[in-house]
Parts: sequence; C-alpha cells; structure tokens
Amino acid sequence: MDEIAPEYDVVVLGTGLTECVLSGVLSVKGKKVLHIDRNDHYGGEAASVNIEALFKKYGNYNKGEEPWKKYGRVNDWNIDLVPKLLMSSGELTNILVSTDVTRYLEFRQVAGSYVQQYSGAKAAVAKVPSDAGEALRSSLMGIFEKRRMKSFIEWIGTFNEEDSASHKGLNINTCTMKDVYDKFGLETGTRDFIGHAMALYQTDDYLTEKGRAPEAIERIRLYGNSVSRYGKSPYIYPLYGLGELPQGFARLSAIYGGTYMLNTNIDEIIYEGSKAVGIKATMQDRGGEEPMKFTTKAKKILADPSYFPGKVQVTGHVLKAICILNHPLAGTDNSDSCQLIIPQSQVGRNHDIYIAVVSSAHSVCPKGYYIAIVSTIAETTANHHLELAPGFERLGKIEEKFMGPPIPLYEPLESGVNDNIFISKSYDATSHFETTTDDVKDIYRRAEGHELVVEGLREGTNLVGDDN
Amino acid sequence: MAARGPAGTRGGSTRFAQFKLVLLGESAVGKSSLVLRFVKDQFDDFRESTIGAAFLTQTISLDDNTTVKFEIWDTAGQERYKSLAPMYYRNANCAVVVYDITQASSLDKAKQWVKELQRQANENIIIALAGNKLDLVTSHPDKRAIQTADAEAYAREAGLLFFETSAKTSENVRELFTSIAKKLPLDQAGPRNPRAGGRGGVELRSETPGTNANGPCAC
Ligand SMILES: Cc1cc2nc3c(=O)[nH]c(=O)nc-3n(C[C@H](O)[C@H](O)[C@H](O)COP(=O)(O)OP(=O)(O)OC[C@H]3O[C@@H](n4cnc5c(N)ncnc54)[C@H](O)[C@@H]3O)c2cc1C
Ligand SMILES: Nc1nc2c(ncn2[C@@H]2O[C@H](COP(=O)(O)OP(=O)(O)OP(=O)(O)O)[C@@H](O)[C@H]2O)c(=O)[nH]1
Ligand SMILES: [Mg+2]
Repeated sequence: MDEIAPEYDVVVLGTGLTECVLSGVLSVKGKKVLHIDRNDHYGGEAASVNIEALFKKYGNYNKGEEPWKKYGRVNDWNIDLVPKLLMSSGELTNILVSTDVTRYLEFRQVAGSYVQQYSGAKAAVAKVPSDAGEALRSSLMGIFEKRRMKSFIEWIGTFNEEDSASHKGLNINTCTMKDVYDKFGLETGTRDFIGHAMALYQTDDYLTEKGRAPEAIERIRLYGNSVSRYGKSPYIYPLYGLGELPQGFARLSAIYGGTYMLNTNIDEIIYEGSKAVGIKATMQDRGGEEPMKFTTKAKKILADPSYFPGKVQVTGHVLKAICILNHPLAGTDNSDSCQLIIPQSQVGRNHDIYIAVVSSAHSVCPKGYYIAIVSTIAETTANHHLELAPGFERLGKIEEKFMGPPIPLYEPLESGVNDNIFISKSYDATSHFETTTDDVKDIYRRAEGHELVVEGLREGTNLVGDDN
Repeated sequence: MAARGPAGTRGGSTRFAQFKLVLLGESAVGKSSLVLRFVKDQFDDFRESTIGAAFLTQTISLDDNTTVKFEIWDTAGQERYKSLAPMYYRNANCAVVVYDITQASSLDKAKQWVKELQRQANENIIIALAGNKLDLVTSHPDKRAIQTADAEAYAREAGLLFFETSAKTSENVRELFTSIAKKLPLDQAGPRNPRAGGRGGVELRSETPGTNANGPCAC
C-alpha cells in the first residue's frame, strides 16, 4: 500500500458528478488531487443503483421479502437517483469531448421530447417538433400560429445580443420575454410551449422579469442546436446510466495522477485560524485489514454539501418518484425513451412536472422494462403524492413506485474564499446538466481565481503513449 | 466509441473483432510496461507509476484473414485503495493479471484479483496470469520468489492462461496477447453487448461551427 502524500493541492470530498468533473479537470491541469467518498461506490447523489439497492434505499417492502427477485438479475438494473438527461449541445457534452472522457462512455439519443396540453380527461401528449415536417404536422399550433412561430424561430437564429439591428426594435436588455412574444403575436399556448418545453423554464417567472430575454433566447437556441445535432430530441443519455459520468471523470483524474479512496470517513477538518488546511480521515473495511487512519494537508477542499451540513442552506425541496413500468408511455409513439413535460399552467401549479423515461435500449434495465422518474419542485408541505399525481396519470400501470420524503436542495452559504472550503450545490430539479456545469465553472472560478476554459483541455498535455 | 465484441465478418472472408482488455495486479509489477512493450515495442527502466496514458489499442493478425483489435484499459492506480470503478470491469472480454516473479506477495495479490474478476466481471471473461520480470531471474536465479510450477498449477486449477514474461526483453509478451486472442470467441454471431454500435448510438465529437446556418431549430 502506497503512503498517502503529506500534502495535496486539492482534497475533494464526495464523488458526485460536479466533484468528479472538477477533480478530472484539476488533475489534467497538473494539480495533485486526493478524492475521497464516504460511500463504497462512486457517484454520491448522482449514482445509478441496482434494483436491490433501490428497494433497500427506500425500504418499501416487508421484512423477509425480496421483491427485487422478480425483476431478473439485479445487476442488469442501473437506476439513476437524479433524473437528468444531457443536452447534446450542452456544456457537459463539450467537457466530455474536450477531456476525451467520451472514450469510456457510449451515448444514445433519447427518442423524443413531449409536452402535455390540457389536463384531466382532456389531457393530450404532443411531440415537441424536431424538424420542419414535424412542426407542420404538429397539433400544438394552428396554421396561422405555425407561421408566427416560424418567423420567431428564424429570428432566434439570427439574433445577436451585440447587434441591436437584430433586436426587432426592442431594448433587449431591459424588456421582458413577454414583450418579445408580443412582438411576434404568439398565443398563450405557444408561449407556454416555448418557455417550458424548449427554454425549459420550470416556472413563468422568466416571462415578466425585465432583462431576462437574452437568457431565454439563449436557452431556446441551445434547445434548437441540441435537437439539430442528432435529430429526434435534444437529449442524449449514457449506456448503463448517469452513474457512468462521475466514474468517467474520476478515471480521467486518476490517469493524471489523482488518488482515489472510497469508503473513507472524514474525522476532522484541520483549521489554521479560519482557513481549512487539512483533513484527518479513516479508510474503512479493507477486507479484513485494520481501518487506516491518516492525516494530510490540503491547500483547498472541494466538497458536496453533505460533508458540510453547517455550511449550507436549504433553498427548496424536490419531489421525486422512481417508477418501474413494463410498457412505454401512452402517446409517445412507443418510444424507448423520452422526456415529457407537464407545464404548470396546464395543471394549475407554479412548477412544471417532469417525466424522464429510459429503458433497456440504454442498458439500464432488462428488456421489456421502462424506468420513469416523475419529479417537480415541492409547493406544499404535505400532499406530495398529490403534487406528482398528474405525472402518475401519464404512466399508466406502474409495477413499482419508489418515493421518499422531499429532497432538500442545498447551496453553500459562502464562496469558500474565506475558509478554503468550496462547496457545490445539490443537483437541482432541471431536466439536464446545464446548471451542474455552471456550478462546476463557478466552483473552479472561486477556487482557482480564473475562468475554466473548456476548449482544448487535454491539448498540449503530454500523453505518454496515448491511443495510436 | 468503437464497437466492442466480435463484429463478425467484414468484406467477404476477413474477420475483424474488437475486445476490451483490462490489466490488474499490484503496483509496480509491470502492467503498464507490458502494454507499452506490446503496443509500442518500447521499454522504460525508470517508468513512473501510470500517468497520462491508460487507454491504448493494438491490433494483431492471427492469420491472413483474422484480425483482433484490443482496446486496452490500464487501472490508472484507482485500485490502490480499493476504489476501482465498475466502469473498468464493465464488458471486459479479457483480463491480464500480472505479478512480479521476484515478489512473493504479488502473486497473492494476483489471486485476489482473479477472485474479484470471477465475481464481478462477465462470466465468459478470459483471464491470463502473467509472471513478469523474467529477465531478472535469468541473470540472477536466486532472485526468483515464485516457482514456475507453483504458479502454473494455480493457473491450471483456476482456468487461466499462464505465461512468464519480460516487458524488458519482450520475452513471451506477444505470445501472451496472441494466446488470449486465440481464445476469444471470434465466431460468436453478432456483438455480445449492446455497446457495439447499433441503433441510436451517437458519436460525440466537437461541433463543427456553421452546421446550423438556418437558425437553431428546423421547426
Ligand atoms: C447535504 C446533506 C445533509 C444531510 N444531513 C443529514 C443530517 O444532518 N442528519 C441525518 O440524519 N441525515 C442527513 N443527511 C442524510 C439524508 O437524510 C439521507 O439522504 C436520507 O436519510 C436517506 O438515507 P438513505 O440511507 O436512504 O440513503 P443513502 O444512500 O445511505 O445516503 C444518501 C446520501 O446521503 C449521505 N448521508 C447519509 N447519512 C448521512 C448523514 N448522517 N450525514 C450526512 N450525509 C449523510 C450519504 O453519504 C449519501 O451521499 C444529509 C444528506 C445530505 C445530502
Ligand atoms: N527488469 C524488469 N523490470 C520491469 C519489467 N516490467 C516492468 N519493469 C519495471 O518495473 C517498474 C514498474 O513498472 P510499471 O509498468 O510502471 O508497473 P505497473 O504495474 O504499471 O505499476 P502501477 O502503474 O504503479 O500500478 C518500472 O521501473 C519498470 O521499468 C520487466 O519485465 N523486467
Ligand atoms: Mg501502471
């Protein structure tokens, strides 16, 4: 067993995606990284687990029963704890490409993106068009509205924040997105669909807050670019589940000299004055060997919120139910995977309900099964099952449902500049990883004092005997 | 990512198949050196612990119309504190478990890895045991800590291929990989796992600018 070094540039706590991307990037840049997790597996809150582990996590069975046994080989299941998909032109994709982590992973398209119109008995599911032909056939808009939508989308394509000639006479930095929609005479239903199914806003706040139009336009553009990259939907998804992502970045870090220790508890953070300067930790259960206690210095500590409960605050709660189905979702053309958005306005809520579906096509479950995760932001303190009910209605017959208490979303209280401890945010309720990569960049900026440049991360690094 | 597993025939009678190979063994037994010898025909006396390259490919021709491509994964040191990710084992078709014939403890470690592989990896995985640093005992026979017959007996019992190798002199290195290639199921019809390309797979590359000249969305 090698000795643990007396000092590291960075000690990273927790192997969630945010932490693993950061240790991968920092290792590539030559930093000496020690990466620790108290769990015996990678991924933390962003892990994918097998069906036995899922039952045990939620405890929804009677003592002595082994309900997972009727679902085939437990290891054929890789069930995500966080329901997210990758935007195919999003920043996580860019980071995967620029670090070459793509060589450890294989991606598949998500077959379609759908949106619900109306509710109750009238509820209908429509595909968010992915090309001109689908747009023409779409039931989402009438014929005249389709023309208005077409000119709006064309304008989005030519919009340039720097060039006021492309702003349609609007003062783009002070107007609202509502003003923009008004300019194109778009109907309420179309605004709903653009804002929630394309810009992926979960509430309508963006409509009336001044100055948010460029952001909304950027989000619509990202959606469009992602759809046109591979067609069908804006999303891609890694075979064997999202838990592969942190593992891929951890491997990148290790290749560049990062040291990995799972199953290791942090006993103490060592401070000098107000600044953290090191850790005391114990590596557990080493196959009959004694636990190994060690102390090491750290110039910086990066961590997920669970390692510093006293240094984070709760900003909201996510409701989430993981459902096992043996059929695709009605109205989704028998898609092997999809996202279905139920806009808040359609079901009398303030936050959208998301449904993400993946299946055996993504090697996350045996043939014939589908994993659907229904989620939203909690708006009540008690009726959580009821809040997700419009989502459950879309699923049809449900074989198993795993739903815990509301999941708190944490955010650090401080930037980390004062105490040398740089804490990430929880994985939020958005359907993709754009806020995760924003957090990665934010932590990098706070910790390193300069911007993370994603392009060409591995260029110029001297890879001894790289792929030939 | 490239296709994995037997890819069947390509262009008439030429057979081409790609397999994932993983390396395991104690630190400093010569895992990376064996790969470097096999892939680049090089050796470095003062190799540092693996940094930078942990993914290489090498193709060998078994005969005029059979080619096997190895996609070789090195551990990158994650095993040192029992922190190897499942991704590493996933879909591995073959494994080379290495020990150092001058270090008695390294064979115990190798046996643990074989057990772990038989428990965790896919059941048809082909495992080869390599007793490395053969050159050291050629000049100084007293340096040998593990007798060939003992390791061979263990390998036979556990159903492993077995070679004593030297990454330094290249003795038996090619033989090791060739014998693995010969044991791989080249004739199995179709890819064994869904990673092998197939419907809906996407290749991630940097985006070429200008592909969306007609606006962001085609709708
Ligand atoms: C930021 C954060 C702070 C938390 N603070 C507390 C707390 O003060 N008291 C408490 O009882 N539970 C705490 N938890 C744990 C949380 O309540 C568990 O996720 C929940 O109980 C589910 O546990 P589980 O055994 O089903 O899941 P598991 O899969 O065992 O755990 C889920 C995640 O929570 C972490 N966790 C588990 N137990 C604790 C703990 N005691 N403290 C911190 N992290 C933990 C795990 O490492 C894992 O990352 C916290 C979790 C998070 C993310
Ligand atoms: N004499 C001799 N030395 C060897 C041989 N193979 C490797 N070495 C030396 O052994 C040392 C370790 O070799 P590596 O290939 O780095 O070992 P490794 O198993 O990859 O080690 P880790 O990456 O730390 O797990 C280096 O100094 C090599 O030069 C060999 O066949 N003969
Ligand atoms: Mg090595």
